[in-house]
Amino acid sequence: MGIDVIIFYFFAAVLVFAAGMVVTVRNPVFAALFLVLAFFTSAAIWMLLEAEFLALTLILVYVGAVMVLFLFVVMMLDINLAVLKEGFARYLPAGIVVALLLIAQLAVIVGPEQFGLDKIASPAMHGTEYSNTKELGRVLYTEYLYPFEIASAILLVAIIAAIALTLRKRRVRDLMPPEKQVAVQRKDRVRLVKMESEKKKA
Amino acid sequence: MIEIPDFVPAIPELFILSMACIVLIADLYISDERRVITYLLSLATLVIAALLTINLHDTETVYTFSGTFIKDPMSDVLKLFVYLVSAVVFIYARGYLIERNLFKGEFYTLGLFGVLGMMIMISAHNFLSIYLGLELLSLSLYAMVALQRDSIHASEAAMKYFVLGAIASGLLLYGMSLLFGVTGTLDIKEFADALASKNLTGASQNGISQNGISQNIVLILGTVMVISGMAFKLGAVPFHMWVPDIYHGAPTAVTLYISSAPKIAAFAMIMRLLVDGLGGLHAQWQDILILMAILSMGIGNIIAIAQANIKRMLAYSTISHVGFIMLGILSGSKVGYSAAMFYAIVYAIMSAGGFGMVLLMSRAGFEADKLDDFKGLNERSSWYAFMMLILMFSMAGVPPTIGFYAKLSVIQSVVKADLVWLAVVAVIFSIIGAFYYLRIIKLMYFDKAEENAQITSTPDMRFILSLNSLAVLALGIFPANLMAICNAAISSLVLI
Repeated sequence: MGIDVIIFYFFAAVLVFAAGMVVTVRNPVFAALFLVLAFFTSAAIWMLLEAEFLALTLILVYVGAVMVLFLFVVMMLDINLAVLKEGFARYLPAGIVVALLLIAQLAVIVGPEQFGLDKIASPAMHGTEYSNTKELGRVLYTEYLYPFEIASAILLVAIIAAIALTLRKRRVRDLMPPEKQVAVQRKDRVRLVKMESEKKKA
Repeated sequence: MIEIPDFVPAIPELFILSMACIVLIADLYISDERRVITYLLSLATLVIAALLTINLHDTETVYTFSGTFIKDPMSDVLKLFVYLVSAVVFIYARGYLIERNLFKGEFYTLGLFGVLGMMIMISAHNFLSIYLGLELLSLSLYAMVALQRDSIHASEAAMKYFVLGAIASGLLLYGMSLLFGVTGTLDIKEFADALASKNLTGASQNGISQNGISQNIVLILGTVMVISGMAFKLGAVPFHMWVPDIYHGAPTAVTLYISSAPKIAAFAMIMRLLVDGLGGLHAQWQDILILMAILSMGIGNIIAIAQANIKRMLAYSTISHVGFIMLGILSGSKVGYSAAMFYAIVYAIMSAGGFGMVLLMSRAGFEADKLDDFKGLNERSSWYAFMMLILMFSMAGVPPTIGFYAKLSVIQSVVKADLVWLAVVAVIFSIIGAFYYLRIIKLMYFDKAEENAQITSTPDMRFILSLNSLAVLALGIFPANLMAICNAAISSLVLI
């Protein structure tokens, strides 16, 4: 067993543990922190696959930006834990059965029987002169140019949708503009009405 | 040296993308009173895109952008109908949007981005571009449903649509990743070649080859996942639960958009994925599609009878029509594919007309979405009652309307595929379905009107709606031209 295999199993074990804690831990702040750990360990596994650009992006974008934002939101919102955890024990047995069934089914289909090293060889290792970033950039802007551009259009739609759905124009209040109020003349407000004096009928 | 990709086949896409951005920016500087400029710009965009597509039309099949983009006669024809139906939707929607204070630039920009998403789906030749086109379309639709922010129903519908749509996209993507795992390619042609060369598909016929069967499990699971994702987007049973709720909750103008043009794009997606890519597995997916088609026609037609709301009724009618489109595809012959293409186009036109009538009847503060609102329409306006009569006859499949020929051609293709029992089932369900279409006609002609408000709408809408209904009748009398266009488009497909 080579050192890389040991490293892989170490990070994989931490990843599974952290992912489990994300959904079971009571405090949402801890859950968010465990999610950070999960992202970090999966970045390490990508590193083992020589995908260092993706690994670093995962840490920078998800841990650095998304999770920090997430923590802010979690801390700002008053999340009612009792409501969130309601029915946890009740649904647990059914949940475990479904999860085990899913794991068994997936093991049959995507397990070593179908995707073992004898079926699909492991990718060739590269030397130190190999740059994953360069390779990624090369295919991203040539071979995958079209999907890349569509993705940018999707992001544009997301921006339009987010703004259209949340932007509220300032509500017009029933306020009197002061400059009009100052300029008011007597004739604007008071109207003199001439009336005949009424005479009582005798 | 890296060669520059050929941009010419994608000029319509590039044009729509640039115009969507231009409309987005221009809309900022247009005051509310002159919002109609945005509307006219969007319509002009669709018209010019149509001219570009016609100009570039060619019987050759062209690939570009490293094979992620395909331009063939089928894509040209489908795109033209997408422009046409979307333009009709924009015209119908205007009056409704103005009355509900929704006449803003976003409807038209998002609508144009939706059109772009449909075009990308139609011209996709790679799993990635199919998925991304679908997401572009879906995101625009989610946002459009939610545009009516003050309506609880619309927000609820948008939320449901978004969550369920995300799950369906996940299924589709997982299926694609499994298919990628087996063949190691995302390109549709390379994928089909890999399937053929590995002879994975023949395993079930030539006895049990250990490798073939074991590989097949992954392939079949991938296929099932991809079909589930597509069936959700189409609204086929058992993935139909979202359709009535979203059709009902969304503003009618948006329902009109969701129910019409995207069906054409969904047809193209099925053609690219199932027929082009997974054609070798036809024997496997045919059974799945048969089951879904029967359930869609059955549940769609039977539950529609119990609806009192016309938007829900038309939603269930969509589900049953999707079942008919599937009939054409599952027959696995070019005749069947062109029948399904014909059906998808015809359905988009009929659906635009049907929801257009609901829009026509509605006015500020009144949605006209109850069946009872159609009572005595003949007394109020015999012309529009006649238009609705044509549309309902066409949806029910009564000759001489176009709906009859659409149903006839898919059923013919099923009979040719030696599935006579399935054809009989389809006919039985379409007779059951005729009940609720005819009920509307009965309400319009034989019941007393409950109210006598004047039917008001914009003049362009009245003209186009009349044209739309008359086209359904005229195409029904002369269906040969449209049929020939579909046949030509399908017969030039490069199938493996």
